[in-house]
Amino acid sequence: MIRVVLPAHLRTLAHVDGEVMLAVEGPVTQRSVLDALEARYPMLSGTLRDHITKQRRPFVRFFACEEDLSHESPDAPLPEAVANGTEPFLVVGAIAGG
Amino acid sequence: MSKVRVLAGTRKGAFVMESDGKRERWNISGPHFAGFELYHVKGSPADPNRLYASQSSSWFGQLIQRSNDGGKTWETVGNKFVYDGVPGTHQWYDGTPHPWEFKRVWHLEPSLTDPDTVYAGVEDAAMFKSTDGGQTWEELSGLRGHGSGSSWAPGAGGMCLHTILLDPSNPQRMFIAISAAGAFRTDDAGKTWKPINRGLHSQTMPDPDAEVGHCVHRIAMHRSRTNTLFMQKHWDVLRTDNAGELWKEVSGNLPTDFGFVIDVHAHEPETIYVIPIKSDGEHFVPEAKLRVYRSRTGGNEWEALTKGLPQSDCYVNVLRDAMAIDSLDKCGVYFGTTGGQVYASADAGDTWAPIVRDLPAVLSVEVQTLP
Repeated sequence: MIRVVLPAHLRTLAHVDGEVMLAVEGPVTQRSVLDALEARYPMLSGTLRDHITKQRRPFVRFFACEEDLSHESPDAPLPEAVANGTEPFLVVGAIAGG
Repeated sequence: MSKVRVLAGTRKGAFVMESDGKRERWNISGPHFAGFELYHVKGSPADPNRLYASQSSSWFGQLIQRSNDGGKTWETVGNKFVYDGVPGTHQWYDGTPHPWEFKRVWHLEPSLTDPDTVYAGVEDAAMFKSTDGGQTWEELSGLRGHGSGSSWAPGAGGMCLHTILLDPSNPQRMFIAISAAGAFRTDDAGKTWKPINRGLHSQTMPDPDAEVGHCVHRIAMHRSRTNTLFMQKHWDVLRTDNAGELWKEVSGNLPTDFGFVIDVHAHEPETIYVIPIKSDGEHFVPEAKLRVYRSRTGGNEWEALTKGLPQSDCYVNVLRDAMAIDSLDKCGVYFGTTGGQVYASADAGDTWAPIVRDLPAVLSVEVQTLP
């Protein structure tokens, strides 16, 4: 299972506490994880990436294993530790005040 | 006894305030959607328990929320706002072409007759319609396709479609307003649109009398007299008596004719309200006094309403969607400030009292009159 940590506002929106556990078919990539996340929690569609272009929203970042993966290809494999559930995939709202 | 429900959208959530017909004691719930900007919350005239809310943030974009129980519980509905075709460009602040980009929903206007039909006014300016309770949205692209879109430009708040008026006497007719493009009218339920800005004069434009480009802040209509509209423009308060074919200025003796809100008394079609703001460079009330101005003559002659409002050291603004009027016998008038106060008058503006004083900055105020 893939572990995903959402920022507080999106946990509220999705009505979840703590980490989200997702089953992902095939290669574990940003795209496949986000597809699975949006399929299970449709209310998150459009909050992390554009509906049409699938581009990451500018104030959203993706971290894992102490690395910033925000600018990696959405189809690049995520670290093995994310794929095997040892480490979570972190969705982070950029520090931008407000 | 009748009740009222006030819906306030703020910079950090939505609040629902209910009172009986006396409008003296209020039950306040919220914040709903804490931490998000709530540009607008509005109830369906056809089903007062059906509410729609525009929830957005710079981080997570646009969300639409729907309630079927008067704001006690909410469900997330559709947030896919996709322009029809290639959106093209509008003018940027410096006059250069800038691509059309969806940013947020400023205004939600539920149908007068069907709780599942709702219109959305968005930034960058366009109008969308849902007929399934907000699950899916389709652009009424005839507005953006009017042909003048390339000359529309953003106001300081962005290029927003912020006002939607549905004509209760003619379901084919709607009026909308855009900052900064002007007012438009459709007579075929949104297929085609006509700019209705003749008589507007804006010094901020190369041609002050141009057909489009005016920074209209708000328009208002009384449901019994739908050819008469009132407008608060960037500067100037105006009225039309022929559905926008020609406007005339009615600023009269206002201390300043800059402002955002304008609204009409529930039972007196010639009684209107504005809240003058000092200037476009100083977005606070003049002389540090919060004053609502009322005209009982449809403009030109205005009286200051001050009883119960701060008359010193006040530096708040009142944004364009932040005034509403209920339809009780002695109609109530409500407005919210950027200082977080929501004020109510249960006597058509003669006296005022705060419902609440310390909310986040108020973006919008609506009121429902309930049986």
